[in-house]
Amino acid sequence: MIPRLSIFLLHIPDGFLTAPVALVGWLLAILFIVLALRQTREQFDERRIPLMGVMAAFIFAAQAINFPVLGGTSGHLLGGALAAIVLGPWAAVLVMAAVIGLQGLLFQDGGLLVMGWNIVNMGVLTAFTGVAVYRLIRNWLSDDRAGLIVGGAAGAWLSVMAAAVATSLELAASGTSPLNIVLPAMLAVHVLIGVGEAIITAGALLLIYSTRPDLLRQGTDAAGQKSSVWIGAGLAIALAIAFFSFIASGNPDGLERVAGDHGFLGTALEPLYNLLPDYTIPFVDNKTVSGIIALVIGTLVVFGLVLLIGQLARRRRAERVQ
Amino acid sequence: MHIHLTDQYRQRESIVHHLDPRTKILVALSLILALALVPAGAFVAYGLLYLFLLAAVLLARIEVPYVIKRSFIAIPFALAAVTLPFTVPGETLATLPILGGLTISVEGTIRFVSILLKSWISVQAAILLVAITPFPDLLWGLRALHVPAALVAIVSFAYRYLFVLSDEALRLMQARAARSAVIDGRRGGGSLLWRGKVTGRMVGSLMLRSMERSERIYNAMIARGYQGQMRVLNRPQMGRQDYLTLIVSVSLFAMIVLLSWAI
Repeated sequence: MIPRLSIFLLHIPDGFLTAPVALVGWLLAILFIVLALRQTREQFDERRIPLMGVMAAFIFAAQAINFPVLGGTSGHLLGGALAAIVLGPWAAVLVMAAVIGLQGLLFQDGGLLVMGWNIVNMGVLTAFTGVAVYRLIRNWLSDDRAGLIVGGAAGAWLSVMAAAVATSLELAASGTSPLNIVLPAMLAVHVLIGVGEAIITAGALLLIYSTRPDLLRQGTDAAGQKSSVWIGAGLAIALAIAFFSFIASGNPDGLERVAGDHGFLGTALEPLYNLLPDYTIPFVDNKTVSGIIALVIGTLVVFGLVLLIGQLARRRRAERVQ
Repeated sequence: MHIHLTDQYRQRESIVHHLDPRTKILVALSLILALALVPAGAFVAYGLLYLFLLAAVLLARIEVPYVIKRSFIAIPFALAAVTLPFTVPGETLATLPILGGLTISVEGTIRFVSILLKSWISVQAAILLVAITPFPDLLWGLRALHVPAALVAIVSFAYRYLFVLSDEALRLMQARAARSAVIDGRRGGGSLLWRGKVTGRMVGSLMLRSMERSERIYNAMIARGYQGQMRVLNRPQMGRQDYLTLIVSVSLFAMIVLLSWAI
């Protein structure tokens, strides 16, 4: 059997996330996949399906290529950052979604209900953090090769860390692990895994640069490359908010405080429906963590809506020009 | 040279096999969802849902040991939940004589065991799903359930080339081993960075070859009239047994879930 399953702790199986948390993951995954399908249509047209299909098979196969790191452990590639740098982040979302879908369906590596989050963690977060960091560093360093190596390595390493952080938050929100244990543990493990990812990604980019630099240049015009920095930043901010907000204050905000003091708090009407009542998620015991997750959901939903509106606006403008 | 990525489909003559792919997908997903919705500690509910699964496995004439053997794949991830017996507050079950008396709580252990059981049964549902559905039918089922056609097509392409590219990856690793004078029991030579760079170049080389291969594939398909979608000739139809199976299964799951919360 191909030695693939060794140290990846990012493929969440079913049972480790609660249904509400899993549902949120699916909503996000669907949102990003729909956007990715739209974004890649013009760039690739009919080539899209054969190219991304084969790239997905490549990522799957590449994940099996390992190298000894320490004792019996080996370093592997996850591939989201590499795919995003070469193909563009939106294409990478589709490629990684296909890989994760295949792994879950064919080999039960990763659950079906939790596949939404697996796609977001390993497909969306890795792609956008990877390529955003890569672009930033590449633009900052004047030397092409240095930019490639440092940018590729840094992007790859950060992509793994981002996925690890997100996975920890999801596990904590489901009550499967307390955040103060799972987060440091995941981060510690993935610091090393990220190094493997960084070296392999940089090495792969170098080879492509020395043999087919045109492909890399093509990649810089890929769908989402330019906006990737903003999208990557947005996702990073959402993650940071979730991470740091557990020290948020439990006190009411200004208006609520005034209403309480002056006695008109009770005159507020009940909302028609409770989606995230009081910034919490039903079923999640831990108030802090559920608050964090509600925040993340809110941020990402707003984010997604802004993206969608931006897309529609751009298309409307293009149509008007024609 | 072929590697051991095996097709998980087990061809049998059974009423379960003859169901529409959509039915199989929906029932499997409903079972996993039902497991997720049942609260921790509702072991009777887990047992009932597992009995349902077992009945399906037997009706499908799949060997139970096969399903169970494949189900151990999710075990390593149990590490993620292993702190629950120690961190969830509650009645003390036992105290370990380490770290100044580490207490294990009843509630925490129940939560931990519940997660393991849910995960284990869910994995078996997924195993059964692929065992009774040929993969192309499974993909068709997803498309019929309104998963975007482009995404399904990408997955089906990836599935077709999975074995080809995995073989290439294996050949790369064999070539590396042949040139590395690898001795059993001794770690390979060179520094970590060097080994990583070599591996990186292997991956980069495979990536280039894959991209160029996809160009050849695309041209071959264009030459044969490809216009952007894959067409299916034989569309399965939902029959009476499909609707019956769906209604009975989902009602059963819903009842089990509701009762598990009520009791």
